[in-house]
Amino acid sequence: MGELRGWTLLIIVGMTAITVLTRCGLFFSNRDLQLPRWLQRGLPYAPIAALTAAIAPDILMPGGHWVWPWNSAQAWGALVTAGWCFWRRSDRQALTVSIVLGLVVYLVLRVGFGL
Amino acid sequence: MSLPLPPERPPELPPELPPAGDLPARLARRIDGWARTARHPLFWVGVRDMAGVSVGLSAWAFMTGVAMVGSGMSVGESVLMSVLVFAGSAQLAALPLIAAGAPMWVIFAAALCVNLRFLVFAVHLREYLRFLPRGARIWLGFFMGDMTYVMFIQRFPSPAETERQRRAQLAYLWGGNCWNWLSWQSLNMLGIFLGAALPARWGLEFAGTLALLAVTCSLISSRTRALSALLAAGAAVLAMGLPYRLGIVVAIAVALAGSVWAGRWLEPAAEPGRG
Repeated sequence: MGELRGWTLLIIVGMTAITVLTRCGLFFSNRDLQLPRWLQRGLPYAPIAALTAAIAPDILMPGGHWVWPWNSAQAWGALVTAGWCFWRRSDRQALTVSIVLGLVVYLVLRVGFGL
Repeated sequence: MSLPLPPERPPELPPELPPAGDLPARLARRIDGWARTARHPLFWVGVRDMAGVSVGLSAWAFMTGVAMVGSGMSVGESVLMSVLVFAGSAQLAALPLIAAGAPMWVIFAAALCVNLRFLVFAVHLREYLRFLPRGARIWLGFFMGDMTYVMFIQRFPSPAETERQRRAQLAYLWGGNCWNWLSWQSLNMLGIFLGAALPARWGLEFAGTLALLAVTCSLISSRTRALSALLAAGAAVLAMGLPYRLGIVVAIAVALAGSVWAGRWLEPAAEPGRG
């Protein structure tokens, strides 16, 4: 239960380095810095691209192969979460409520209906 | 909007810096500094502001914990990861890759891309923190989450000019950071320990995906960003056949190139670096 595997430990160390690099990297230098223009243009889109690329297969291809969205609990749950987020954009609790609603729909379809 | 600063007692002068060998005296001085920050009224304003959004944060933290254990990591590894890495979305993005046995550099590339947004925050925050010594800046930087950054920038639209404003901003920032860290870690641990007790058949690791989806949706604030998400999703699904989940790297590259290219037409006036 509490075992630590070398491979996972290396990943944890590497990811810690990445956190420090991205959060604190720019604070190391005392001098003013000017980022290259292409980097400045690309930076705003990097998080959204990375997040979507990470989750899209989990939603659209559960189990590693394409499933038509109306046949998958994952897609319905995701639809509810995304829909609520956009519908209740200005609501402070929208994030929480959307996650909970999506999860409920997903669990009902998966555990209840075996999708 | 400039925040009316609450009345404040004149600061006690910090004691002289003790010599390098005198560790207890240096430690005492450090603790005194922390206590001074925690006594500042704005520290508690920061805590209160953060507590307002922490319901959402807590759900997310809990689900990250559940997802970590659900994807096959041991309790020990999950606890270590949540304390050391302390970057929820990067952790969640890396989980399926770790479970699928992807090569290490792919996992790091994914985590790096997800974390790149902190670089954007840091570019902005440098203006506010340039007065701090290097060590303090780096220490503060490690604890900056998405929400602490957003709240801080909302409350203080411009960097401090006087010593008093600096202390106030710093106290506010630390108040938010402390609450953020506490609520994140405690709910994360709860998820890790409860998640191990939940049946695998439920597939609860999908909760992490949903939490990421919600965060992603809240980031889609312009047409170019929506395009970026669509490109990444499409490319990730099409490139799923590539070995070792290399598809994620391809998808990120396609989305970045596409949205930078399309951004010229969709948002000609957009300020670079802020989006």
